Order: sequence, then C-alpha cells, then structure tokens
Amino acid sequence: MKRVGVVALNTFREAVRDRVLYNLLFFALVMMAASIIAGQISIGIEETVIATLGLSAISLIGLLIAIFIGVGLVSKEMDKRTLYALLAKPVRRWEFLLGKFGGLILTLAVNTAAMGVGLFLALVYVKPTLERGDAAVFVAVYFIWLKLALVVALALLFSCFTTPLLAILFTAGIYIVGLYVQELRDLPVAVMSPGMTAFTKWLSYLLPNFENFNIMAMAAHSRPVPGALVAQNTLYAAVYCAIVLTGAVLVFSRRNLK
Amino acid sequence: MALIAKNKSMTAPAIETENLTKEYPHGFLNLKKRTSLEGLNMQVEEGEIFGFIGPNGAGKSTTIKLLMRLIFPTAGSARILGKPISDIEMHRDIGYLPEQPYFYDYLTAAELLDYFARIHDLTAADRKARVQKMLKKVGLETAGKIQLRKYSKGMLQRVGMAQAILHDPKLVILDEPMSGLDPVGRREVRDIILELKRDGKTVMFSTHILSDAEMLCDRVGVIVGGKLRGVGAPEQLVDMKTQGVEILFELAGQSTAALLSKATRAGDRYRLQVQEQDLYEAIEQLRTAGAKILSVSQVRATLEEFFMDLVEADRAQAAAVEVSGK
Repeated sequence: MKRVGVVALNTFREAVRDRVLYNLLFFALVMMAASIIAGQISIGIEETVIATLGLSAISLIGLLIAIFIGVGLVSKEMDKRTLYALLAKPVRRWEFLLGKFGGLILTLAVNTAAMGVGLFLALVYVKPTLERGDAAVFVAVYFIWLKLALVVALALLFSCFTTPLLAILFTAGIYIVGLYVQELRDLPVAVMSPGMTAFTKWLSYLLPNFENFNIMAMAAHSRPVPGALVAQNTLYAAVYCAIVLTGAVLVFSRRNLK
Repeated sequence: MALIAKNKSMTAPAIETENLTKEYPHGFLNLKKRTSLEGLNMQVEEGEIFGFIGPNGAGKSTTIKLLMRLIFPTAGSARILGKPISDIEMHRDIGYLPEQPYFYDYLTAAELLDYFARIHDLTAADRKARVQKMLKKVGLETAGKIQLRKYSKGMLQRVGMAQAILHDPKLVILDEPMSGLDPVGRREVRDIILELKRDGKTVMFSTHILSDAEMLCDRVGVIVGGKLRGVGAPEQLVDMKTQGVEILFELAGQSTAALLSKATRAGDRYRLQVQEQDLYEAIEQLRTAGAKILSVSQVRATLEEFFMDLVEADRAQAAAVEVSGK
C-alpha cells in the first residue's frame, strides 16, 4: 500500500504543477459575480442564488477535471510511455491504478474543499446571522466530491480498454444517464412491454445514481442533512467505486502496453 | 541456419526464455496474426554483457517488454534470476531502461530519481545519497534541478540510465541505450556498462549499432524477423564465416597475368582476395609475373557482415541497419 501512496502523491504533484488548481481563480470570479447578482435581486433569496450558483460551479468544474484528467490518468501514461520505467519496478499494476485514482481524488478533495470554503465565505458575506443548517453547504460539497470520485473511477475503467475520446464520451454519457436513474425506474409500465420494463428496472439499479448526491435544494435553503443520508451516500460511493476499480484492475492487469 | 553456441555455466542463468512467442492480432476483426517473436530460447549468463542485436522491428524490444511484463506472451515462459517473470519482487533486482525513454516532464531529474527510489523503498538518507551519485555518474549533476520538459533527448537517455541503476540491481536490461546520444554520451554509457560488469552485474542490452555490440559484449544474440538466428561471442560468430586471404603486392609496368584482372589497383600496389585453398597457386602466378609480395593476411569477416547476410537472407529491413563504423 505504501507504493499506492507514492504514486498518488506524484499524481497530485502532477495536477498541481500542471496548474489544475488554477480553476480556483475561475471559481472565485463566479462567486464574486454571484454575490453581485444576488445583491441586485429581491431581498431574501441572495443565499439561495449564491448557494445554487456556487454548488453548480463546484460540480461543473469538478466534473470537467474528473472526466478529462481521469481519462488521461492511464491513457496519457500509456501514450507517452512514462509508465514503462515504473511498471518495471516492484509495482503491481493494481497499485499503479489505485495510486493514480487516489492522486486525482486527493486533488479533487483539495479543490472542492477550497471552493466549499469560498462558497461558505460568500454566504456569510450576504447573510448576517448563521444557523445550524448553513453547514449543509459543506455536506453538499462532500457529496459532490463523492460523486466526482465515482466519475473518476468510471473514467479510469473506460480508459483502460478504449481510446481517450471514447472514454470521455462513455464517462460523460453514463454521468448524464446516471442523473435520471430515478426517472428510468419510474417509467410508466403501461407504455412498455413487460420485458422492457424489467430491463429498464435492472438497468436503473446497475447504473450509478448520481442524483443521490444532489442536495443542492437542501443546502440552498439551509435545511440540515440527515446523518443517515451522509452514511448511505458514503457507503454507496465507496462500494460502487470498489466495484468499478476492480473492473479497471482486471482489464488493465491483462493489457498489453504499446 | 540457427547457430547456437551456449556458454556452459555452473550458476543459474540471469535470464532464461523457453519458446517465448508473441503474436499480435490485426486486420478485420483481429482475425489475422502477426508474429513478432517466434519460439525464443535464450539464456543470458550471470555476470556477462549480452548484446541483443537485430534490425528495427526484429523483435528486440518485444523480447525485452515480455521480460518486463509490459506485454504478455502468446506462448512460452521466461525466468529472471531463477524466478518466473510474474514474480513482482524479482523486479527489485532488475534495472530497466526503456527504448526512447520519456519521463514525467513536470519533475526535475532529482525528483524523478527520488520518486523511483521511494518505489524501491529506500530510506530518506539512502535516497538522497543515491540520487546525487547517479546524477553525477550520468553527467547531470548540474542539471538535476531542471524540469525534464527542458531536457534534450540525450539528457533524457542519461536520466533513463540513472533510474535503471539507481537501486543497485543485479541485472540491468537496456533497450537501445546508445540511441540519441552523441559520441561523448555513447562513450559514457559504454563506460557505465563496463563498470557494471566489473561490479559483477549482468547487463543485457539491445542495439542495432553493431560496433557497440562488438566492443562491449561477451556474447551476442542475433535476432531477425522475430527469430533468434545465432548466439555466441562476437568473434565466434564471425569466424564461422571465412572470407579467404588477401595478398598485397607491387607490380611495376604491365603484365598479362590472369589474376591481375581480379585485383584492385592503387598505383603500383594491388590487393587480391583469394580462397585459402588457392593461395599458393596465386602466389606462384604472381611470382612468375614479377610481382613483389608485400603481405598476406587472413580476411576476417566483421559482425556487420555476418549480420547483414542474415538480414538479407531473411529479406528483412536491411536499410534500417545503422552501422556506426569503427
């Protein structure tokens, strides 16, 4: 496991040196714009506007990083052949994969945490008194990070057996479908054949349910988040990531490098 | 055609392959197979410098990648230092330089070496000392703090060499180590290889620069078209192919001797190449013609000639062979 940590820290260092964290500047601009817009519209919903805009920006920026850098984690190393020297050392392929995954979710943790703090400061700025429910914004940021970890795992899996472009399309596709898993589950039975109903039901449980991680409305209205939901989402993300990463390891362990 | 001249050794071979084969699927639905390496049976003995020579696309890098488990064999097996290549712990004792190495360009050379030293579980003090020692050894001590994205191809090759020997491995496998280096760099790599041998390490390196192989190797393996065509000491391989005898003589004025038409002339001096069994008859004819014989020497075939014959016989890519000359 020590080697996983070494690879993860190097992946984190790569992200920092490749100026991935510069996106925080962009986020700061979004937050400033949100504060100005909130100040110009009717009293009482500044907090909602800022929270909604801020969380959406955190999610969008994180998704771009998770998909594009996530796909490149392995494919770039294979393309540039930087992993040849590494894999000739006493490093197992699963250690390399887990290290790359760990490095990117660490980068995303730092990134989302920094943006979360920025968002909270913006909320404090427009709201004179704080309530217990305001901490929900941090839970919302944590859920976004869990969602991003799942997206990274999927990007890693696809990049192990297909081209980077297709891996990006597959990951983005699954993410979009994953937002509508509940709708897929609730499709009216009357319009479909029994076989199709069973298939969509089965598919809806197989696909990751990304909407589970969306508590933007709760955070925007400072409603406290139940502890059970936090535990449930954490477990769901951990188990789903473990399954997807196991698949990635199985594929990558058998893969011939160029 | 295959010429196998194995050195018998009491110790287990450093590298041993048995029927190692690699096929790549290609074409429509991957239905066709292209064989990159066919039934390789080879041994590299402990403590020797073994050169793996062949034209581009002959299967040298494929063999090395199979040994490093970067690709997996279609058939056959291999053992390194007495252990199967699937044993990951065995990699502690191996150093590997990939062909045209490329490393994380956001790191400096010192950081890259430190990263690899961490992978090898070296202590902080050991890491620091070894990184400095390696940078000095490959002539990069003043460039150790520069990001690798600013390095030339030759400098990257030196970094590659440094990371291959960083952890003091027993066996060093180098894929085209002289590639991209200027004459000074090549000389330095040659010196490192010889130093490794002096330290009791085993070195296997692939090259298509035959003079390097002739100069450095205890034994070479010649691979052409994915098949091993010969293994042995360079002089042993080339001695198998006799080229006859060359007579150098002087002859003033004109002569009607029939042999003269076969000789090459430079002023009054002639060079004539004949088969060994025809030597005395040729000398007699030249003496009768009034020639003054200056020297008679055996024509020794070079590794290059041996190699080129194999390549041509195989209709392989002779044009890709790079001959550096001596």
